[in-house]
Amino acid sequence: MEIYLPIAEISVNVFLILGMGAAVGFLSGMFGVGGGFLITPILVFIGVPPPVAVGTGANEIVATSVSGVITQLRRGNVDLRMGAVLTVGGFIGSGLGVWIFSLLKDLGQIDLVIGLCYVVFLSIIGALMAWESMPSVIRRRIGAPPAAPHTRGPGRHTWIHGLPFKMRFHKSKLFISAIVPLTLGFLVGILAAIMGVGGGFIMVPAMIYILGMPTQVAIGTSLFQIIFVTANTTFLQATVNQSVDAVLAMLLLVGGVIGAQFGSRAAVKLPGEQLRFLLALLVLGMAVKLAADLAITPSELFSFAGVVK
Amino acid sequence: MKTTLTFFALGVAVFGMTTANAQEAPLVADVSENLVAITSGFTGKEVLLFGATDGPGDIAIVVKGPARELTLRKKDRMGPIWVNADAVTFRDVPSFYRIASSRPLEEFAPPNLLSRFQIGTENLRLEPADESVTVAPEQLAEYRKALVRLKTSDQLYDEGLGSVNTTSNRLFRTRILFPSNVPTGTYFVEVYLFRNGTVAAAEIVPFNISKIGFGADVFDFAHNFGAIYGILAIALAAAAGWAASAAFRRT
Repeated sequence: MEIYLPIAEISVNVFLILGMGAAVGFLSGMFGVGGGFLITPILVFIGVPPPVAVGTGANEIVATSVSGVITQLRRGNVDLRMGAVLTVGGFIGSGLGVWIFSLLKDLGQIDLVIGLCYVVFLSIIGALMAWESMPSVIRRRIGAPPAAPHTRGPGRHTWIHGLPFKMRFHKSKLFISAIVPLTLGFLVGILAAIMGVGGGFIMVPAMIYILGMPTQVAIGTSLFQIIFVTANTTFLQATVNQSVDAVLAMLLLVGGVIGAQFGSRAAVKLPGEQLRFLLALLVLGMAVKLAADLAITPSELFSFAGVVK
Repeated sequence: MKTTLTFFALGVAVFGMTTANAQEAPLVADVSENLVAITSGFTGKEVLLFGATDGPGDIAIVVKGPARELTLRKKDRMGPIWVNADAVTFRDVPSFYRIASSRPLEEFAPPNLLSRFQIGTENLRLEPADESVTVAPEQLAEYRKALVRLKTSDQLYDEGLGSVNTTSNRLFRTRILFPSNVPTGTYFVEVYLFRNGTVAAAEIVPFNISKIGFGADVFDFAHNFGAIYGILAIALAAAAGWAASAAFRRT
């Protein structure tokens, strides 16, 4: 069954989009990530114009993160105070990001910047995840007992703890300067707007390793702030670039929210490290593919700029 | 402006060649649909063009979509990667282009007439929008070729020649296929009747392609009320996320 997407201005198969949404939703539920970094490149791959893929991706992540954060709130894993500070930074960042997006679109370089951002961040995240999960995968193979849990977390003292405007974050068990989460929110907000992602795949590691938050609280709080950052991105993309396809977003999120529920259930029953290792390989594979697209001599050197309406 | 000029040129051509039997209308043509509606289920549409002549002759048909300004970018190597470097903006580029004829064009139409009436992609007059910027002729030719090539791969141009079926030297018909990515706006079907190497008569049939229904409303709303559209999109997404979470909690 084909449906015409009013903003993307192409016809797509309804079941293909529903299936894509469900598959990405399943993965995001399983690994606790928003899935934007998967959905946006896939949309581009099936022929959705990159600006529309970015705007629509942000819209879809609003739904998946609302769905996820309700579960996390119930488990008490959301640090609302930390979330609020990150959101303030994220709002300013995503505002600037949408403005940069619009500027790059006019210069004809938006596709390049989106591509480069994906290559850089997918490589870093994929490599980190592979590095982290590799030892336990190997141990499982040779039958050794699992290693002791990471000692990283609350309690470490670095230069970050010397900054002014200190705030106490109870859930995160932190007493740090508000400047740190504000800056983190701001930087991730810029990327979120340009890449059409929530930024969870950058935010969660940063909260654990830079801020020193407990992993479960980092995941819950990241989901909480992603709702507001992606909502802001959706709003600004809709007003500045008219690049949010609500019909496409609805199809994606119907599949996505259902897939996410099954994914989070499946995650409980399956070996975590092996899954993380597989996701790391998937992420690295996508980074290699996107890097190759930028570097290999294109078969067609010419392209149309956005049609002047 | 270009459209007006084309009309004028056509008018002159037809007037000059058909004064002898102007009253008899040597050529009439029409399309099966004056409005092609792009609805939510739109996957492309076939439109029938048909007509009659007052005797033997060859028919050439040109279908043109609304003219638009179009910027073409060219990639260049910068270090290890390819980036968009140069660009040329063309004015009055037909957003859609098809030709069809009753016989291969070279068998009945002299090249100067094909060029004058822009029959065939190689005869399209594609000029840079900004006349103050000088582009080297060979570079311009490269961009023109690329424009046609890209439009062809988008199925919006067809370098090939469609066939026009004729019946007893009087009736003719052809099918024009519009793909799902067809641009909206006013289209013109130009019908030329060739006799003895000249254009004996010409006719222009306009028709519209526009978005209708839900999809059109969404598009208009998104462009006219971006802020409200954005808020609605967010609200819908948030509600869907909440609903999914609630539904799965009960089961």
